[in-house]
Amino acid sequence: MPDIDASFLALPRQELAAAALQRARDLGAGFAEFRLERIRSESISLRDSVLESAKDDEDLGLAVRVIHDGTWGFAAGVALTVDEAVGLAEQAVHMAQVSRPINAETIELADEPVYDDVTWISSYEIDPFTVPRAEKVALLTGYSDRLLEAEGVAHVSVHVATIHECKYYANTAGTSYTQQRVRIGPDITAHAVAEDRFDSMSSTAPPAGRGWEYMTGTGWDWDGELARIPGWLAEKMAAPSVEPGTYDVVIDPSNLWLTIHESIGHATELDRALGYEANYAGTSFATLDKLGTLQYGSPVMHVTGDRTAEHGLSTVGYDDEGVAGQQWDLVKDGILVGYQVDRRMAKKNEDVLGTSRSNGCAYADSSGHIPIQRMANVSLQPAPDGPSTEELISRVRNGIYIVGDKSWSIDMQRYNFQFTGQRFYKITDGKLDGQLRDVAYQATTTDFWGSMEAVGGPQTYVLGGALNCGKAEPSQSGAVSHGCPSALFRGVRILNTTQEAGR
Amino acid sequence: MTAVQLTPQDTVERGLALAAAEGADGCVVLVAETSSTNLRWANNTLTTNGAMRGSSVTVIATVGAGKGTAAGVVGRSSVTEDSLREIVSAAIATARAAGPAEDARPLVDGTASADWDLEPEVTSVGVYEKFAPSLGESLRRAAAEKRRLYGFANHEVATLYVGSSTGLRLRQALPRGYVSSTGKNADLSHSAWVGTATRDFTDVDALALDGELTRRLGWASRTVSVDAGRHPTILPPAAVADLMTYLFWQLDGRDAFEGQTVFSKAGGGTRIGDTLSSQPVTLHSDPALAGLEAFSFAVARSSGGSSSVFDNGLTLAATDWIRGGKLEHLMTSRYTADLIGAPTATPDIENYVLSVDGASGSTDDLVTGLDHGLLLTCLWYIRVVDPQTLLLTGLTRDGVYLVENGEVTGAVNNFRFNESPVDLLSRFGAAGTTVPSFSREWGDYLSRTATPPLLIPDYNMSSVSQAS
Repeated sequence: MPDIDASFLALPRQELAAAALQRARDLGAGFAEFRLERIRSESISLRDSVLESAKDDEDLGLAVRVIHDGTWGFAAGVALTVDEAVGLAEQAVHMAQVSRPINAETIELADEPVYDDVTWISSYEIDPFTVPRAEKVALLTGYSDRLLEAEGVAHVSVHVATIHECKYYANTAGTSYTQQRVRIGPDITAHAVAEDRFDSMSSTAPPAGRGWEYMTGTGWDWDGELARIPGWLAEKMAAPSVEPGTYDVVIDPSNLWLTIHESIGHATELDRALGYEANYAGTSFATLDKLGTLQYGSPVMHVTGDRTAEHGLSTVGYDDEGVAGQQWDLVKDGILVGYQVDRRMAKKNEDVLGTSRSNGCAYADSSGHIPIQRMANVSLQPAPDGPSTEELISRVRNGIYIVGDKSWSIDMQRYNFQFTGQRFYKITDGKLDGQLRDVAYQATTTDFWGSMEAVGGPQTYVLGGALNCGKAEPSQSGAVSHGCPSALFRGVRILNTTQEAGR
Repeated sequence: MTAVQLTPQDTVERGLALAAAEGADGCVVLVAETSSTNLRWANNTLTTNGAMRGSSVTVIATVGAGKGTAAGVVGRSSVTEDSLREIVSAAIATARAAGPAEDARPLVDGTASADWDLEPEVTSVGVYEKFAPSLGESLRRAAAEKRRLYGFANHEVATLYVGSSTGLRLRQALPRGYVSSTGKNADLSHSAWVGTATRDFTDVDALALDGELTRRLGWASRTVSVDAGRHPTILPPAAVADLMTYLFWQLDGRDAFEGQTVFSKAGGGTRIGDTLSSQPVTLHSDPALAGLEAFSFAVARSSGGSSSVFDNGLTLAATDWIRGGKLEHLMTSRYTADLIGAPTATPDIENYVLSVDGASGSTDDLVTGLDHGLLLTCLWYIRVVDPQTLLLTGLTRDGVYLVENGEVTGAVNNFRFNESPVDLLSRFGAAGTTVPSFSREWGDYLSRTATPPLLIPDYNMSSVSQAS
């Protein structure tokens, strides 16, 4: 089990927090919180086995958020001095005072137990920043070489992002914690170029809350996948173009996670349902008045929000408002039963939500940004004794099996979506019948989830995810995982993307 | 804590001196000082606000590596005298551990900006001195009229300092701001959007923006259902920017050369010199464009298809990417220019202007000339479906209107579209005057754009979206 990084512990966390919180109190803030964050990130890119770029960054800063006269105020800076901490408290109070005339709603927060000087570390084995750069590059060069040596592979691009996040949080209620998380996101793609067209095939390895051990085989079978990518790519280049129409589809977890993210994860964010994102990320069809009644999908649909899943990208011990990680239901038996909320939303809507506690979904992507409601790990649960992927495919007479993610888009209320993927296999009489290309699937959220006939068993369950979910103004980037089994959907609209382009 | 904070100039000079003392062959130090302030509102009330200062230092050290040169890149925020030494050492160590860089070129020769010694410029909440009261009034007015307003105002100033062991001492400060506002009617069944970029908020009147939102919401007093299909469609400048920003981002020279983009030539090479459109279309960038000023020198914290850390400080010149419908240039570093056989390097410039020779008139003028079709407001959630054609998918948002006999006669439902901006440059039926525009989806990244309104005779609305 790793320890909290000693160099972070050596920073004057408590001293700066005490100065900022005391100054905020002195200026009349009813509530104040302090964050000190250090985010180390490394980005390594190779192009055709040659190191193109390797960059090592560190973002270190502090932030103060206050509630003053019922109004938020926020300020962030970079100098780790008491003067800066005090100055930020003053600036945050000033922001609240300037904003007060255009604030029509007194800010109140849901109660949360006090956690006094607690520590939490995510589950990983090898801190990527302890591995020599040359060792990492050598491993990735080897992976690239394997692909480049294969017939039909013209180019290979490799990109690996690693993040090491340390955070100290303290508020005027008495909570303080120190938290450390590690994330890693690999992207390995082989490209083929023919006389009249080109295409690509990417690894389906998702980003994960793991350390460098992920790149050497813990949690992902790199040897197996790299050996198969050239063959998959060659088959795709030679595949027939899909006939558009309505098909039954079996969707692999490597694709379905993204559909969950867009059509359930974002749709069950209460800030969106309440209109806070109406000018940017959008709202949600799953409005608060539909809680407990909205038929979101078929009865086999059970979706949870989870801040505690091992290796989850959104997994935390405590969120950015000092709320402990939790797991809860969002959709149960196909019915909308919950939301993702922060402390303000929990307090304001406690009567409707039936609880007065936040489920811990406040997050800021750095000390330079204000915490907003962000996504928990939102996951579709498998059937306890459910079928294998092969069994699901066997139930389809004329359909398509979809693997891997690629293009994605959904409307501002999370109704209409369109996704593509890495590989599309024709299903004929219950068996895979070669790849297709130019495939996209398009549906409306509740129609799509309503058409889900069966979910696979735990043996098909995979935790997918993304490092770069965008939301809020100013824009923030969040990392989140989504677990799901394979699943069978009946009667899904399939487009031919070449025909859509008018070709 | 007694850590000594350094000025940007001190950071550059000490960083370069440390690099030289530790044996680096060359070094570039980039210092970015940023400040920003924002206001956000929803449901007719302020929701969040903020005032942020940021500081980052990137050290690029170069050392000999075999017959070539290697580079090491390390970036940090909140640099002090002590941590600068650690950053420089790390950059040199990284360079020494790396092999020769493919894109290695001699560091750019030195010139010095006349304003090198100046402090970073900053912004503060005071930039909203005129805007905030009018915003407050518009929020109160909307509440009284049972409309709802949602929006965001942002202002930021970035001051860049670039110093190198070859004598570069470049400084440039750039302000940037924008406001984006969405209005909804009482039952939330219809919405409208306006957005505009600004440099200092003195030219932004929240009441005027609310007036335009109110006008558009008024168009929704009549609603009409329109099926998916190919429709004559007017794209206002904001929607054109939504699409053309994607085209702009696809101008990577190396990706095209390697056969991976819409600008790749079948059988190998790029499409430079090919006619993309029979229409007199120009896509142009120039860091000195009045009102759209961008950084006048290249800044690269990592190397990629069209950028190189060795090119930091390279002077950016006005560039036609497309001229007279013909593809003239792709984005290149010095390395990729050599690779693809381009005569000069043409790095990325953070602005663009799309124009059509001889076009004139406004979006309203295009409406007047249309017998029957659609008028969009803006587009959203745009993603590449097929890089070979640059087929994009996305959705209309916050206002699609029916045009009949030259007038807006009602609001219609939203759509999902599947379209390629490259194809649109060939297919548009009419264009208007190019004006400063603000992309709904990407304006927060790239707000320095100017585009014309376009009439597309057969815009591909792939399906209907229920979103409102």
